[in-house]
Amino acid sequence: MNVPLKPKHQRLILVLIALAALIGAGLLAAWALRSQASYFFVPSEMAARPPEPGQAVRLGGMVQIGSVKTDADGVTVRFVVGDGEARIPVRYAGILPDLFVEGSGVVAEGRLGADGTFVADNLLAKHDENYVPRELEHMTEAQMRAAVEETTQ
Amino acid sequence: MIAEFGLAALWLAAALALLQLVAGVAVLKQGETASPAISALVRPSAAIQGVLAAVAFLALLVVFHQTDLSVKLVAENSHSDKPWIFKIAGAWGNHEGSMLLWVTIMSLAGALIALLERRLPEPTMIATLSAQAFTGLGFYAFLLFSSNPFERLAPPAPQGMGLNPLLQDIGLAFHPPTLYFGYVGLSIAFSFAVGALITRQVTPDFARAMRPWVLGAWIFLTLGITAGSYWAYYELGWGGWWFWDPVENASLMPWLAATALLHSASVLAARDALRAWTIMLGVVAFSMSMIGTFLVRSGILTSVHAFAVDPERGSFILALLAINIGGALTLFALRASTVAEGERFSVTSREGALVVNNVALSAILGIVLLGTLYPLLTEAFGVRVSVGPPYFNPVSAIFFLPMLLVLAVGPLLRWRQDSLGRVQKQVVLIAVVILAALAGVAFSTSIGILPLLGIALSLGIAVASFMPLIGRSILRVPLATWGMVVAHFGVAVALFGAACDSAFTQERLLAAQVGETTQLGPWTVTLEGVDPVAGPNWTAIEGRLSARYGDGRPTEITPQSRNFWTPPQETNEAALLTRWNGQLYAVIGEEGEDDRWQLRLWWKPFVTLIWYGGALISLGGLLALIGRVANDLRRRSVQRRGATRRGEQPS
Repeated sequence: MNVPLKPKHQRLILVLIALAALIGAGLLAAWALRSQASYFFVPSEMAARPPEPGQAVRLGGMVQIGSVKTDADGVTVRFVVGDGEARIPVRYAGILPDLFVEGSGVVAEGRLGADGTFVADNLLAKHDENYVPRELEHMTEAQMRAAVEETTQ
Repeated sequence: MIAEFGLAALWLAAALALLQLVAGVAVLKQGETASPAISALVRPSAAIQGVLAAVAFLALLVVFHQTDLSVKLVAENSHSDKPWIFKIAGAWGNHEGSMLLWVTIMSLAGALIALLERRLPEPTMIATLSAQAFTGLGFYAFLLFSSNPFERLAPPAPQGMGLNPLLQDIGLAFHPPTLYFGYVGLSIAFSFAVGALITRQVTPDFARAMRPWVLGAWIFLTLGITAGSYWAYYELGWGGWWFWDPVENASLMPWLAATALLHSASVLAARDALRAWTIMLGVVAFSMSMIGTFLVRSGILTSVHAFAVDPERGSFILALLAINIGGALTLFALRASTVAEGERFSVTSREGALVVNNVALSAILGIVLLGTLYPLLTEAFGVRVSVGPPYFNPVSAIFFLPMLLVLAVGPLLRWRQDSLGRVQKQVVLIAVVILAALAGVAFSTSIGILPLLGIALSLGIAVASFMPLIGRSILRVPLATWGMVVAHFGVAVALFGAACDSAFTQERLLAAQVGETTQLGPWTVTLEGVDPVAGPNWTAIEGRLSARYGDGRPTEITPQSRNFWTPPQETNEAALLTRWNGQLYAVIGEEGEDDRWQLRLWWKPFVTLIWYGGALISLGGLLALIGRVANDLRRRSVQRRGATRRGEQPS
């Protein structure tokens, strides 16, 4: 292919190759997004329709008051996340994020273990006093109140 | 008073942008019969507009420096106790100020091309400046009608509300302006593309006029991304350097488009090929800047960057985006077929390799764009998802890794037509390096496939990047070629750092009592003590760790967990200990029961190469920019002398 292509064909071929690559990239992206995007659950959804064990998902809810316990190793933290309807136990090994507090919102990234405990790789707590994780914004006032009341019992 | 002065300057600048647009359009409409008086208005309007915008921005700096609390923006974002450097940086550490900075840089750039650019035919220049004025007007309207930075507060606030302490860092002083220089440089490229399209002058001269702006934008974007990545690395305390966060993607996407544009503009400048494609990339690159701005500034994402959680502003930016990009794409659709096809080339040629580079970069751009927008799309249907490394890493690697292979060989090829046979020796050498590295690393360690390929390819590219210098007298190699060599070598360096970081990082998480010692890879780390410390607007607990590499001398490092009080917030200040072969990264957490402190330690071999690589890539861009501009100046002075000589001859 060392001879330049016929004049009128070159532009067409270039356009076709570029289009094929871009469409290929788009299809690949669409396929990968369906399988690799991590879905967001609130505790009641996770209790009703648990995700496949090992699938990367996110769990968001309120940290139940009095539920935060540290294991003997000093770094593994266990707590319960609730949304007023269901409670999911969570295990996390690491330094708790800034302003991670009981009775406040948290989003945990990780996977549901076979024993029903959510193993978090990462915790996203609020950045400052005004911040609510986006995924918790949908909770209605009533749900929020219920969740907080439940945690204060 | 100063605030009103700034606001007046801003209005005047907007009025001049309008004059520039109206005069420009009138000249283009009338064509040959245009009155020279009107066309003489265009360039001065652009120049004075630049000065006025700069004056407005200066006024904002002054009110922030004085902490004038009767200005709403100052009261909301500053504090009289803050160090002065952060007071000044606070001027653009918020939505309104950052948009004013954007507009200022954009008008100054417009002023610069109005004053300096003389290569292109005058109608093309006037069309370019009109396009620039049109884009500018949108941003002026945005500032004046929905984001006025000079709005007064009555009565004045007794004290400012501070600044997000996460952003109270020297990185903030430079990170956003750097990215804005990049975004704005691309807006100039966009204006050139529109100007060339309107007047159908898609020529090598157009590419040469546009190229310094693309190069400049690209250098700033590279620096901004590199600095932003390092900032996230040490400030967030998570030990990662790239999170595929939408805000990071917002800066990566324009960079990908600019990288493609840079290479296709080189083809157009050198060989008069890829005309329509270069125009298209010019439009896409600026679209990505605007999409980035929209994502970051509209409040559609929640992050430290989203200052403006205001739907009205989001809609405004979206409208600007739709008008500019929709308009440009329509123009492209109407005019592209009338842009004559450029020169032809064979598949194995420099152009062919650059086409692969362009297609792969565009594909990666599409993948990042889809991944970034996907959560927003699904949310419209009530499904909440997040997209992270499990998507971005492998999917973009499918296009990135083959592109790197072409990057190794492409610069060795000749323009127009070449054969691999001619560069057989070099190609074989590169292949041997890559395969040997693959085999060596695969047998001695058990790392993942992507880091493995990354290490092997980075070594291959490191060797290949210097091959274009073979057989040339080093002193006579053009500066632009040195730029390419350095930038490609920088890619190899950054890739090696990233691959080593993901393959060989070791992590230790523990709760340690004072006096306790732990091992991490080659390191021995002892917790010597924990002390309370205080800064100007924070208090902290500080861990004193002594770290020893192998049998070396111990070094003290001091990670902190800081509490700020205006606004109340906690941050982890990681402590870093840098060696030539990597970094020790330490974070301290809370005090647990029984006097133990949580410590998280990472040993990250060669991680610093990521940012050194980024710096090398920028340096390569800078060398190329200097080379191109110097060449251009030299050519201009030759032409001028030639013209003078011709002028003398008849006499």
